[in-house]
Amino acid sequence: MNKEIDPHTATETTGHEWDGIKELNTPLPRWWITIFWATIVWAAVYWFFMPAWPVFGGYTHGYLNHSQRDDVRNAVVALKTERQGREVALSNASLEQIEKNPELLQFALAEGKSAFADNCAACHGSGGQGAKGYPNLNDDVWLWGGKLEDIQHTITVGARSTSPRTRYSAMPAFGRDNLLKPEQISDLTEFVVALSGRPADKSAVGRARKLFADNCAQCHGAAGKGDRSMGAPDLTADSYLYGPARQDISDQIWNGHGGVMPTWEGRLSPETIKSLAIYVHSLGGGE
Amino acid sequence: MNFPLPGIEAGPEIVSRSDARATNSAAMRKSYIARVPIYPKSVHGTFRKLKWIAMSVLLAIYYLAPWIRWDRGPGEASQAILVDLARERFYFFFIEIWPQEVYYITGLLIVAAVGIFLAAALLGRVWCGYACPQTVWTDLFIFVEQLIEGDRGARIRLAAEPWGVKKVFKRVSKHFTWLAIAVLTGGAWVFYFTDAPTLAHDLLFGAAPWPAYVFIGFLTFTTYSLGGLMREQVCTYMCPWPRIQAAMTDNEALGVLYRRDRGEPRGSYRKGDLWNGRGDCIDCHQCVAACPMGIDIRDGAQLECINCALCIDACDDVMDRVGRPRGLIAYDTEANVERRLKGLPAVFHFIRARTVFYAVIMLLVGSAIVLGLANRSTVSLDVIRDRNPDFVSLSDGSTRNGYMLKLMNRSGFERNFELSLSGVRPKQVRVIGIDGSALPVNVSVPADRVRTLRLLLTVAKHDVRMGEQPITFTLVNSLTHEKASVSAVFVSGSGS
Repeated sequence: MNKEIDPHTATETTGHEWDGIKELNTPLPRWWITIFWATIVWAAVYWFFMPAWPVFGGYTHGYLNHSQRDDVRNAVVALKTERQGREVALSNASLEQIEKNPELLQFALAEGKSAFADNCAACHGSGGQGAKGYPNLNDDVWLWGGKLEDIQHTITVGARSTSPRTRYSAMPAFGRDNLLKPEQISDLTEFVVALSGRPADKSAVGRARKLFADNCAQCHGAAGKGDRSMGAPDLTADSYLYGPARQDISDQIWNGHGGVMPTWEGRLSPETIKSLAIYVHSLGGGE
Repeated sequence: MNFPLPGIEAGPEIVSRSDARATNSAAMRKSYIARVPIYPKSVHGTFRKLKWIAMSVLLAIYYLAPWIRWDRGPGEASQAILVDLARERFYFFFIEIWPQEVYYITGLLIVAAVGIFLAAALLGRVWCGYACPQTVWTDLFIFVEQLIEGDRGARIRLAAEPWGVKKVFKRVSKHFTWLAIAVLTGGAWVFYFTDAPTLAHDLLFGAAPWPAYVFIGFLTFTTYSLGGLMREQVCTYMCPWPRIQAAMTDNEALGVLYRRDRGEPRGSYRKGDLWNGRGDCIDCHQCVAACPMGIDIRDGAQLECINCALCIDACDDVMDRVGRPRGLIAYDTEANVERRLKGLPAVFHFIRARTVFYAVIMLLVGSAIVLGLANRSTVSLDVIRDRNPDFVSLSDGSTRNGYMLKLMNRSGFERNFELSLSGVRPKQVRVIGIDGSALPVNVSVPADRVRTLRLLLTVAKHDVRMGEQPITFTLVNSLTHEKASVSAVFVSGSGS
């Protein structure tokens, strides 16, 4: 062992020398060295207990045979087991029974909220506030009804969807398909504005009275109150799916827009659809 | 291990000299040198007594405080001091703090911090010397060491001995006792976080939650290693307070001080020597032998000194024996030493700009806390307006806003409240889950709980204004008329 002491610093040298320059031996603190060796020991212990080394055809599984994939699988199974009782209760109970049972209601609302964020929020908005062409689920305006059963059915079959039982309504494109002349559409627009109680051009409203009875009343009703059995909106309400301005109304009469809501049957379990119906009903507009 | 130092003639010395040296002084500490063990010699005297009393009182508080009961009603914890993390409550006798009121804790921490500054400005490091857990437990561990292995000389001899039955027995019993104390320390800590009698029962039967065992284990480790093995190194290397304190003190602050004006020039003293032309310090090193920090107090104020005052007792004892007045080492100020050297009388300035400043801050923050607690209401209301959607326009032109109401009942009893609303004329108020919701709404809130309600407020078209309208929710206790009001807004996209 080299024990040469450097005269300038009174420190031991390592014995390494380059062109007359010698390296001093200033070891790391003992606590550091201790931890360093402890980590190496720990690594060996870890290799023994845990999956560690790749080998041909797989890897060393370790004494504990731990697997994060198994953890996830077990966690999912545990969650499903934990939920099972309530899911069965949910599936057996009617919508009204669920609303009356606080524990079940809480479970349904929680499930509905998360299912809504995953499946519905893309169109209806994260708070169900809707957008132009996408119905607001918070208000009291319902095309197909706002009772629990109505909402449940709409979610199940969708609107203009691929389901044979789909909710279906079609507003004709009066302008695009040359069913009405542009000036007639202008008059009808004034008529619709007047229906919701807003000020409108009286002469145009008078001219449109017969046009409305001939073309619109069949679905929207003679008084413009709409018909939920056909999904026809109430034109007297202060609410417009495609916008309240004259330009929006005229555009809708011209083009007859109709959005598509997919059927969720088969994609979501009946229990999830129940929960969704209860959640949507709870947003504030439920009937 | 008492023998005359080389170079000094042997003679009938009254006080035997110690070979203790300041191993922990900055000059002696070199990088890469292992710790030199310190064997503090036991002393007797005023400050040792004071330290015994401080230790007993502080340990008694620490071990017994969680067992004090305090009745708060059927819905509340009955432990006087409890940090209930699971239920998010902090209890201190008549005080109960909810997470929303954490500013009381902030205030308490400010008072504690300024308090320690004030103590440092007045009395030096009294915290370090008497009250710091590191000091208290180290003192206790050294006491155990002394009981088992004997005083300084015996301990040094034992350390030098080869391993044998006696050494193994003494060492094992010492470490075992230390570990037992450490386990009890950790064991007492967990009682502050959950009901003590229940936890004690669960701990004994192995039914306590695992964090309890983990924390007992962790605190056992820290108590054993910090109090038994690391000791003065914790104060010298790990603790920030010596550094902070060095910046906060001044030379008018009291501290444990060697009065060099009286002690120098130092020298050995033999019976019959005259005291003329020399200082009172007989250089016996008894102050160094007594020092648990391994320093020499005669080197002046230093970072390593925790002001435990044991050297005062050691020196007073020596002064008695050589017939000189006590107080060669004493609580004094650096300024007074300077004054005496100049022939001026010693004066103590306790009222200084910084002490007044600290006291005023403590008083201000302390009164704010006391006032806040005295006027603290046991009923509170939070209102969170729905933001998504911001508002809902209904088919008849009216507007609806949704609110999340959090009704807080901070008492130990279930109570009934009336919830009312002002600022707008409601067309309809619906509280989900409560039937017949005409204002005011009657709501009961369980003891010590928050009840969350969702309220839907609809305002008719002709009553609504475009933008924001200020509204106020008021919660009144039906019996005591205790009240909580919260301002909110009603938002609409239509109206005038």
